[in-house]
Amino acid sequence: MIPQPAVATDRVLSVRDLAVEIRRGERLVRPVSGVSLDLHRGETLGIVGETGSGKSMTGLAIMGMLPSGGRVTQGSIDFGGTELVGLDPATYRGIRGNDIAMVFQDSLTALNPTRRIGDQVAEPARLHLGLSRRAARRRAEEVLALVGIPRPGERMDDHPHQLSGGMRQRVMIAMALVCEPKVVIADEPTTALDVTIQAEILDLLDDLRSRLGMAMILVTHDMGVIARHADRVGVMYAGRLAETGPTADLFERTRHRYTQALLASIPSLTHDRGEELYSIGGAPPDLSAAQPGCRFAPRCAAATDECRTEQPPVVAEGAHAYSCWHPASGPVRHTAVRIAERPRPAAVTETGPRLSVVDLHREYPAGHGSWFGPRRTVKAVSGVSFEVAAGETFGLVGESGCGKSSLGRMLVALDRPTAGEVVFEGRSVTTMRPRELGPHRARLQMMFQDSSAALDPRMRIGAVLREPLAIQGIGTRAERTATARDLLADVGLPATVLERFPHELSGGQRQRVALARALALDPTVLVADEPVSALDVSIRSQVLNLMRRIQRERGLSSVVISHDLAVVRYLADRVGVMYLGKLVETGTAEEVYAAPAHPYTAGLLAAVPEASPTGQAPRAERVRGELPSPLDPPSGCRFRTRCPLATEVCAEVEPALEDVTATHQVACHFPLQNKSGGA
Amino acid sequence: MTAAPTTPETVQLPPAPAGFRAAVRRMRHHPLGLAGGGLLLLVVAFCYLGPLFWKTNQTDVNLLDAALPPGPGHPLGTDTNGFDVLGRLMEGGQVSLQIGLLAALFATTFGTVYGAVAGLAGGVVDGFLMRLVDVLLSVPFLFFVLILSARFHANAWTLALVIGAFSWLISARLVRGEVLTLRVREYVLAARVMGASRRRIIFAHLIPNAMGVIIVNVTFQVADAVLVVAALGFLGFGLSYPTTDWGSQLASGVTYISADYWWLIYPVGGFIVLTVLALNLLADALRDAVGRKAD
Repeated sequence: MIPQPAVATDRVLSVRDLAVEIRRGERLVRPVSGVSLDLHRGETLGIVGETGSGKSMTGLAIMGMLPSGGRVTQGSIDFGGTELVGLDPATYRGIRGNDIAMVFQDSLTALNPTRRIGDQVAEPARLHLGLSRRAARRRAEEVLALVGIPRPGERMDDHPHQLSGGMRQRVMIAMALVCEPKVVIADEPTTALDVTIQAEILDLLDDLRSRLGMAMILVTHDMGVIARHADRVGVMYAGRLAETGPTADLFERTRHRYTQALLASIPSLTHDRGEELYSIGGAPPDLSAAQPGCRFAPRCAAATDECRTEQPPVVAEGAHAYSCWHPASGPVRHTAVRIAERPRPAAVTETGPRLSVVDLHREYPAGHGSWFGPRRTVKAVSGVSFEVAAGETFGLVGESGCGKSSLGRMLVALDRPTAGEVVFEGRSVTTMRPRELGPHRARLQMMFQDSSAALDPRMRIGAVLREPLAIQGIGTRAERTATARDLLADVGLPATVLERFPHELSGGQRQRVALARALALDPTVLVADEPVSALDVSIRSQVLNLMRRIQRERGLSSVVISHDLAVVRYLADRVGVMYLGKLVETGTAEEVYAAPAHPYTAGLLAAVPEASPTGQAPRAERVRGELPSPLDPPSGCRFRTRCPLATEVCAEVEPALEDVTATHQVACHFPLQNKSGGA
Repeated sequence: MTAAPTTPETVQLPPAPAGFRAAVRRMRHHPLGLAGGGLLLLVVAFCYLGPLFWKTNQTDVNLLDAALPPGPGHPLGTDTNGFDVLGRLMEGGQVSLQIGLLAALFATTFGTVYGAVAGLAGGVVDGFLMRLVDVLLSVPFLFFVLILSARFHANAWTLALVIGAFSWLISARLVRGEVLTLRVREYVLAARVMGASRRRIIFAHLIPNAMGVIIVNVTFQVADAVLVVAALGFLGFGLSYPTTDWGSQLASGVTYISADYWWLIYPVGGFIVLTVLALNLLADALRDAVGRKAD
């Protein structure tokens, strides 16, 4: 080891001009080209970027864990005086997991399912600190307590599958911390978790970082997480660092055009719903092709010839640095594109609701509790009722496992409810025979979450779009192709896409095709299950704007299901909040988001990290703890186990949905807003 | 700033070849797979085109020329009946390959339909169909063939049928597993939401998407069947005179092993090994090319 020079800096890690290339078959991809960053003791550096921006690769390069075929081609990584690039593998192993540790995204695959968590946490301590089995186990117990695992001594002998997602993520953090590293790289540590758990895990990381005095690199795609938890931010685009700076400075005095556009395209909880989201056209560049100039130039509104030919130099303004030829002078104030008011009252002649759900239940068998016990069931949906009027968008929000997707499937008759019914245009689709259902299906369509799974990989886009028409026997082949062409134009894709296969399109383009297919039969109701969850921020706003425009143009009624509160707020007129199979609150989007009446809604809203470093005071107490098992939901109010306001009444009497205002209902004994009717 | 929503955006489309062409392209980068394919072509050409250039009498026994070592006129010598070994190899190869291919096609076709029905139907039907497969899998194959051959005389067709009747079980399990994962894919759900019939789902979505796995399986099955034919021939349950196959040739060669008639054993043994190896290499490469695990 080279002795560290006695400089009065507390810099622990310094990356200079790092470039990485990965050879995949005959393709050479350069995911990182020329990234420089510094990490100081005790700080959190956020690296934010979209898929393929090179943020994860930068983290992996520092860990010396590039995927096969990958290598660092230039630059240096200086870790406290040790050069990590080209370090021999044995020395690297001594540093990895000991001085630099990593927290991975998916705790289910990153933990070994066959080993007890205590042993997995103790392993780095035995390897790096040379502790005995007993001492390592003691150390593991200590660290598990530190990361907030209750009764760590007992949980140490559990296997990963016996823990919940949030608990597993804590175990992963414990594994990273057991050797007290100087640097922790957290690669999307909370992406797989619900917002309430995400908030807890991020707070835990913050707390541990300041207590243990380590430095952290937080790699994420979520600007909200960055705003709340990072001291400094590096924004990456297409393998380059577009802009770095202290968090508040970067958000308030945004200089790079990409950062500016990215921030503007994130739907927030306070966005004016009458305004269209800002959207960045196009898609990120192909990193296997060499590109002169600024990589963002093809998608940049302010781009000039200079941007396209010459790479912008890094300009430093104090701690804030950016590389842009035409820097902006702050965030986008407003997009100015108002959404046209819909021509509602005159056009609609229907009197009843288009879709109504009456006391819907769905239970899935889950085997027996004991050998002779009664058959147990997972209560996915337990008594949900709501109505969707013509031209209205109803949003369903809730955490994973709340039953919102099961509900969505029953709405389009992919699944049959255990009890209750779905009434579509005055007829119950629940009791209909499959043969009768066929023609009705056409007017009741669904859009799926994962556009790569929702389009048959063996079919060209033309065939995909013709399929619904062919199934329903509409038109000749030529007419169907003409319709497909029109649909593509409607969702903003050129007709040349007809001859393409799904995998040749980008995620955003595929989701547009999926929307076009759902519209092919001219439905009156569209159910969209997590329509933009799989998309990157810049693409997401394009699709959201498109969905909103189509809803309005076609007078479509839709049900939007999402875990993302901001997405639902942007798309929906009315919102229903689900918790453990029950609707706990419904109301117009404005009411529910501005004045939540149920403690759960308030807690959910408080847990959402907003993409703005100011105004972070939580409006309500966050929801703590984990979702109870739907096998055996709590008595009375299902939320009482996690509710700060719960009393004995909540355990005994189940609250019914009651009016707060004429359009706002809540199922709670102690609502945060006064009920209009009773005391 | 924001593009007018109705104008199609400029879409950059990579000129990437898709599906089948991409698979072919990936094959090119698989030297072992290419070698397997080439070897297989050579073996097939040898068996089917060879007799056009190397004409021999494979019907009349000629004891005067029996068991000649390799030499002029007979590059691989003659066997104990006086047949030219080189010509005999071509003739036996034709039969072995035919039986192999036939058995594999029979097994895969039946197995695919069986597996798809079980996988799609699910529940009790699936349970019953798959338990039947379990039962059949526990019948000892050689024992069964021994009984059959004691009662009947085999020809190429019946032999292929018997081998196929045992090997479809593997295909059925494989395809059922594939269908179980495919039927809950979102594009299948999407088709159901559009009102597609079960038939349409099977033929438009499930089978095309399971095709990769099925093709790989056929290739492995041909290799297996060639080996089984050889094994049966070797045990004496193969085809009877005048038709021959590689297994029977090997068996008769082994009878004279103490007489040092090496040319009756090594050439035919080599051909069996080469053919099976070629098929396995090809199947491995195909499996990589379609990007899925087939077994």
